[in-house]
Amino acid sequence: MKYTPVIGLEVHVELKTASKMFCRCSADYFGQKPNTHTCPVCLGLPGALPVPNAKAIEWCIMIALSLNCEINLLSKFDRKNYFYPDLPKGYQISQFDLPFGKNGLLTLENGKKIRIRRVHMEEDTAKLSHQTVTLEAGNHEERVSLIDFNRSGVPLVEIVTEPDFSDAAEVKEYLQKLQQIVRYLDVSNADMDRGDMRLEPNISLSDLPVTGERKESELPKYKVEVKNINSFRFVEKAITFEIARQEKILDSGKLPPQETRGWNETKNETVSQRMKEEANDYRYFPEPDIPPLHHTASQISSIRDRVPELPDAKFSRFLHEYSLSKYDTEILTREKMTADFFEEAVHAGKEHTVSPKQIANWIINKKPNLADVLPASIVKEILQSNQVEVIDEVALKEVIKDVLEKNTKAVEDYKSGKETVIMFLVGQVMRNFKTKIDVALVKTQLLELLTNN
Amino acid sequence: MSLNTLTLKEAATGLSEKEFSSVELTKDCLQRIKETESTLHALVTLTESAALEEARRADELLAAGNTQPLLGIPLVIKDNFSTKGVTTTASSNVLRDYVPPFDATVVEKLKNAGMVMLGKANMDAFAHGSSTETSDFGASKNPWNTDFLPGGSSGGTAASVASDQTIAGIGSETAGSIRQPAGWCGIVGLKPTYGRVSRFGVVAMASSTDSPGPMTKTVEDSALLLNVLAGNDPRDATSSPKPVEDYTKNLRNPIKGRKIGISAKYLEDVDPEIILSFEEAKKVFEKLGATIVDIADLGISILDPKYSISVYTILQRAEVSSNLARLDGIRYGSDRESFGEEAKRRIMLGTYTLSAGYYDAYYKKALKVRTLIVEEFHKMFAQVDCFFAPTSPSPALPIGSSKNHPMFGEMADVLVEPSSIAGLPGINIPAGFSKAGLPIGLQIMGSQFEEASVLNFAHQFETATEWHLRKPTL
Repeated sequence: MKYTPVIGLEVHVELKTASKMFCRCSADYFGQKPNTHTCPVCLGLPGALPVPNAKAIEWCIMIALSLNCEINLLSKFDRKNYFYPDLPKGYQISQFDLPFGKNGLLTLENGKKIRIRRVHMEEDTAKLSHQTVTLEAGNHEERVSLIDFNRSGVPLVEIVTEPDFSDAAEVKEYLQKLQQIVRYLDVSNADMDRGDMRLEPNISLSDLPVTGERKESELPKYKVEVKNINSFRFVEKAITFEIARQEKILDSGKLPPQETRGWNETKNETVSQRMKEEANDYRYFPEPDIPPLHHTASQISSIRDRVPELPDAKFSRFLHEYSLSKYDTEILTREKMTADFFEEAVHAGKEHTVSPKQIANWIINKKPNLADVLPASIVKEILQSNQVEVIDEVALKEVIKDVLEKNTKAVEDYKSGKETVIMFLVGQVMRNFKTKIDVALVKTQLLELLTNN
Repeated sequence: MSLNTLTLKEAATGLSEKEFSSVELTKDCLQRIKETESTLHALVTLTESAALEEARRADELLAAGNTQPLLGIPLVIKDNFSTKGVTTTASSNVLRDYVPPFDATVVEKLKNAGMVMLGKANMDAFAHGSSTETSDFGASKNPWNTDFLPGGSSGGTAASVASDQTIAGIGSETAGSIRQPAGWCGIVGLKPTYGRVSRFGVVAMASSTDSPGPMTKTVEDSALLLNVLAGNDPRDATSSPKPVEDYTKNLRNPIKGRKIGISAKYLEDVDPEIILSFEEAKKVFEKLGATIVDIADLGISILDPKYSISVYTILQRAEVSSNLARLDGIRYGSDRESFGEEAKRRIMLGTYTLSAGYYDAYYKKALKVRTLIVEEFHKMFAQVDCFFAPTSPSPALPIGSSKNHPMFGEMADVLVEPSSIAGLPGINIPAGFSKAGLPIGLQIMGSQFEEASVLNFAHQFETATEWHLRKPTL
C-alpha cells in the first residue's frame, strides 16, 4: 500500500467505585431497575451540586501513573457544554486543559512506544433506549425514548493516545494491555460486554512514510473518528474497513471528508454519523462548583506506592525468578489473580520441595478454579500425585511375570528390536496396582526380567 | 402592637418567655400578608396551612422546653431555595410547576432550627436582575412607596421584611441581590463570604459568587440568623471548612480606635442625597471613636468599581448560560420558549463569551481582572478594618425603570459588584431617607470570613442611630 495508516485512540474506562463520581449513589448500575440509582445530583436537579469522589480521582491518577504519565499537581474540572437528552445538566463535568495525567507511554511487544497524550476524569451520561410501548390508556403503541439515569454520573477515565498506531493489530495489542493494566489495578472490570470500556479510534492515511513520532504538520489533513465501539474485534474490523475505504477515496484523487462514523455490526462497515461542519463547540470553562485540586508530590508518590507490580514487570520477573517458559509466564501473568495464586503456591511449595515449574504445570494443565481453592491445597495435591507406594519387590516380580506371560506378542516384538513396546508393558504392570507406584522401578524390573528371560 | 412587627430577637424572647405563642405570632404575620400582599406582591407561594401546623408543633416543643434558636419564628424564603414538597420556581415560568424532592441545605438548617415557613418570596426570574421586574409572575413593590421598585433580585424578601409580613427572611446574593434590595427597602441585608453559607439546593445563578444570607430588621437578627446558616456543607464543595463563630459575640464591642476605609471612587455618580447620608454616617462612626481614612491616603489605589461591571457581566453570563442548560425542555414541564427575555439575553451573551475564539478575549481576561480585584481588597484589608460606602448609586427607582435597560441591574449594583466578585462579606444598613421618603442604605464590607467584624461595625452604627426603627405606612 502506498499510504501509511495514522491511527490514534480514545478509550473510556468506567471505574468500579462504590459510589458515583459526584454523588453518593451506587455506581453499580448494570442490570438494575431503571432510575433506582439516582438523586438530585445525578439527575441534575436545580441547585444540586457535584462533590468529587476522592477514590475515583486516586484511581484515575493510578491509571495515569501506570501509563507512565506526568501528573498535574494542580488540576481542575471543567464543564463541557452540549445538549443531549442523556445529559441532565446540559454539560458534562470533564477536564479540559489540566487533566490529571499527561505525556505517558505504553510499549508494545515490538518495542514501539505508543505515546499517551492525556488521562482525564469525567462522568458518564444517562442511557437512552428507544422502545415501542403500549400506552396504559388505550391499546395503541407508541415509539418512545426512555432515559435511565442509573448510569448518569458514574466515573469514567478517558485515555487518549497520540496518533502512533500503524495498523489494527497494534491497536488491539494496546487495548489488551490497557485492559490488563486496569484489571491489575483493580479499578475497573474492563468488561467489554457491559460497556466498561468504550473505544474510539481515529484513522487517516498519510502519504508520508513513518519516521517515528509525527509532528503536527506531518499529519494528514483529515481525520475520521469511529465512535463508541464495544469490542476489540470490532475495532480491528473498523480500522481495516476504514483503511480500505479511505485508500479508495485517496486513489481517486480526493480527500476523505473529516467526519465521525459509527460501526455497523450487521453490515460490517462504518457509516457516516456527523460531518465536521456540524461539530460541537463545547464552550469549556472551569467548573465553578468544584474548586481546583492541588496534589502534593508526596501524595502522588503515596498513590504510586499503591500501584501494584504491572503485567510487563511481572512477566519478566516470573521469567527470570521462576525459570518458566514464555508461554507459561504469559498464561500465569494474564490475570493478576492467577499470578498472585501462583506465587503463593510457590511460597507454600518451597518447604515441600515442589518446584515452581510443577505448580505452573498444575495450574495451566489442570485449570483448577482458583477462586475456590487455596494455594496450599494445590501444593498438597501435587505432593499426593507424586507420592509413590512402597511395594514389595517380590510381589512386583510376580505381577511382571504374569504380564509377560499374558503378552507374548509384545515380548516377541521387544525382542525383535521394537523397544518402544516397553512402555506398553509398564502400563500393563501398573494396571495391577490400585495406587501409584514408582514407574522407574517397574521399568528396571521389567527390563531385567526381559533380558534374563 | 401586632406581633409581626417584632424583631427576631424580640420574637424569640417573647416565645421563650411564653408571652405569646408561635401560632399567635404566625397568625399575625399571615394577617399582615393578607392585608398587604395584593399591594406588594412580595410572595409567590404562601404556605399558610403548613405554617400554622409548624407553629402548633413549635408551641408543643416550646412547652416541652425545647430551645432551638428559631423555634416558632416565622420566616419567608426566596423562591430560589429548594423546598421539599413546596413549589420552587425561582419566579420563572420554566419552573412554574417544579416541586423539588429535597431541601436546600439552608432550608434544612432553618427547619432544624425550628422555623415556621410562611412562604416563598418573589424575585427576579432566576435572580436575573435588581428590580424583581423580571419575575415571570409580576414585580414586587417597595413598601415605602408602591410606585417604586423594591430592588432585587431578593426584592420579594426585602419588601416582605420591610412591611412586617414576616419576622425575617432569607435572600441570596450574586452581586447585590441582598444588599441592594435591603438598601432600597430600608432593612439590614448581609451577604456573607462566598463559601460561608452552603449553596446546595439554591437554583444556581452564577455559581462562583452565589451567597445565601439573612435579610432582617436589625443587625443583631442578622447575626442570629447567620449563626444558623453558616457552616461547612459536605454537599457543597465550595463551602468553607473554616469553623463558625458565634456572630452575636462581637456585636457590642466598642469600635473605638478601629480604622474604616473609604474611597472617592465609590462616591462618583452617586445621588447627592446619598452622599449626604454617607457624610452623616461618617460622623456617627467618628463619634463612636473609629477613624475614617481615605484609602488613597494610605497609598492604596483601587480599580474604578465600574470595571467590575464588565468582569461580573462576563463571568456571570457565562455561568448562567451553562447553569440554565439543564432546563432543556425535556423535564420540568415547560419548554425553553417559556424563558423570559432577560434569561434569554443572558444565555445568549454567556454562550457567546464562552465560544471558541472568544473565551480568551472575554472569559479568561475577566478572570484575570477578578484576581486583580481580589488582590486589591487583600491589600486594603491589611490596613483598614472595614470598607464603608453607599450600597447603591441612588435610592429606589420607579416601577418600570428596568424595562428596556438590559444593564439596569449592573448599574444599580456597581458599588456592590467588586466585593461580590471578590467573594467578600458586606452588609447593608439603613442610614437615612431621601426627601421623597425612600430609604437610603450604606454598606460595610470586610475581609474574607470577617462577618463578625462587619456585624460589629453595623451594630454599633445601628445602636447610635434610629433609621432602622422607622416603618413604612401601607
